[in-house]
Amino acid sequence: MNAFKPVLTEHIHQKDCHTLPFYKSVGGYKALEKVLAMQPDAVIQEVKESNLRGRGGAGFSTGVKWGFIPKDSDQPKYLINNADESEPGTFKDRLLMNKTPHQMLEGMIIASYAINCNTAFIYIRGEFYKEYQLLKKTLAEAYQANLLGQGIFGSDYNLEVVIHRGAGAYICGEETGLIESLEGKRGWPRIKPPFPAIEGYLHCPTVVNNVETLACLPHIINHGADWFKSIGSEKGPGPRLFCVSGTVNNPGVFEEPMGISLKELIFDRAGGIPENKQLKAVFPGGSSSAILTAEEALDVKMDFEDLVEKKSMLGSAGVIVMDETVDMVQACLNIARFYAHESCGQCTPCREGTAWLVKMLTRIVNGQGKPDDIDMLYEITDNIGGRIDFSKGSFGKTICPFGEAVAWPVRSFVEKFENEFRSYIQQVEAVA
Amino acid sequence: MNTMATPQEKFIFANPDKVDRIFSQYPDKKSATLSLLHLAQAQEGYISGSVIDTIADLVECHPAIVMDCVSFYSMFFTKPQGRHKIQVCQTLSCSVNGADALVDHVTNKFSIKPGETTDDRRFTLMKVECLGSCGTAPVVQINNDYHEGLTNERFDELLESLP
Repeated sequence: MNAFKPVLTEHIHQKDCHTLPFYKSVGGYKALEKVLAMQPDAVIQEVKESNLRGRGGAGFSTGVKWGFIPKDSDQPKYLINNADESEPGTFKDRLLMNKTPHQMLEGMIIASYAINCNTAFIYIRGEFYKEYQLLKKTLAEAYQANLLGQGIFGSDYNLEVVIHRGAGAYICGEETGLIESLEGKRGWPRIKPPFPAIEGYLHCPTVVNNVETLACLPHIINHGADWFKSIGSEKGPGPRLFCVSGTVNNPGVFEEPMGISLKELIFDRAGGIPENKQLKAVFPGGSSSAILTAEEALDVKMDFEDLVEKKSMLGSAGVIVMDETVDMVQACLNIARFYAHESCGQCTPCREGTAWLVKMLTRIVNGQGKPDDIDMLYEITDNIGGRIDFSKGSFGKTICPFGEAVAWPVRSFVEKFENEFRSYIQQVEAVA
Repeated sequence: MNTMATPQEKFIFANPDKVDRIFSQYPDKKSATLSLLHLAQAQEGYISGSVIDTIADLVECHPAIVMDCVSFYSMFFTKPQGRHKIQVCQTLSCSVNGADALVDHVTNKFSIKPGETTDDRRFTLMKVECLGSCGTAPVVQINNDYHEGLTNERFDELLESLP
């Protein structure tokens, strides 16, 4: 493989990299100028050809998603930048917002132009207050320079961009939950279809794209779809921001081509595990992905296909490393508690199931586990997200994929480290 | 919502220009709800019944619908909080990097458990879920600011520096 040069994070260590003058000095907004001379359909075609797949977690083709926006509709179209980054183990969008907000904004303008949208939103998670303040300045700079507003770059294209703060709810990262939230309601995901492209914000055609996805767009326009496809894995190409956290020496965001080995990511980029402890387990794609054992983790490529083959997923590319000292039952409880807290409460299997998982795992950790608890953990995860088969795109028994997102990791903990669960329970039996 | 409760003084936004600006950004009134709640909480410190009534009037919906929002989102508080909200992330990456010790530290030092406020109303301690800064674990958000890669010592200095 040729030496890879970072694309999205090339300039993040330079002084004032967040400002408009800096961004322009490294070729910023050239892609936008190019796009405004193109037909919107040609832009969609180029992005389709690049095979850019969404960086938020689902990995759906960005160009195809745009293509669903009806062309004959006279309703307003909306673009929403999903900056509600909340998947445990994921902290790349925050980096992009802090360091290269204009790159993301240029991507937003390109996407908006492609789908004929004149009002776009940045839905930023409420806790990111500093980034919210920074983005307000970014927008002010852009309006000042006529990169937003009326007649952008002297064209007849108009775009307003609004920043909207969330208020603390993981589920609002799910695109229809996000749309409900933007409409001033609780973030309850909608039943699909209709998909947002047909009926989204205020019943109008809407595209929701992740920050990193949008940040890729100026580069695709500047260098072409073929260039993008030449980077990394064939079926899901491009640069990718991998977040590595947990028990590693050098946690952080590493931009690498799709398909880098997880081993290289953990032991080279993230500096390996402190005190030379042994690797035990890894979340490869945020806490919603099934965990991998050390053995599996050392033999996997970080792309869509290879992780599906390992019965996990690339998700948000948030790698959480757990060394030999991490107790798998407690780690499982930690994740289950996250999901119980964040379950929106709309679907009974998820609302009740997540609460039961926490109750059961808590009693196991507290030495009050029962011999049939393990079977019951399987039963509950089955009942929340029973038909897990991402290759068929099927979801389980809930409206949104949150059900799978809890069932999958919890089940993988129990399956792959059943001994640890059993030893907690056997201790109880021994005492009894 | 407070129509059942004892009458409260009507809540008025201190800066009506900001309210107008918020409304001007959205195609409909109701979309302004979250932004108005943020603005009101920044002013009052929490969301009272009269805040809910005022916002319901402004966005033209029943107060119950605004309350529905308030109860759903973890960042809105229906009771007054301490001057400094210490929000310790407890999700996995922070947890394996010492987040529990930070919670214990506050509990020992100020005699408050998660969810409690010191008697002098200086601090409210909370355990929160993933703050999206796992690479710099453990992370604590105090009011609007993130404090990353905290050791017990640095955390202590930070707490001491807060009035």
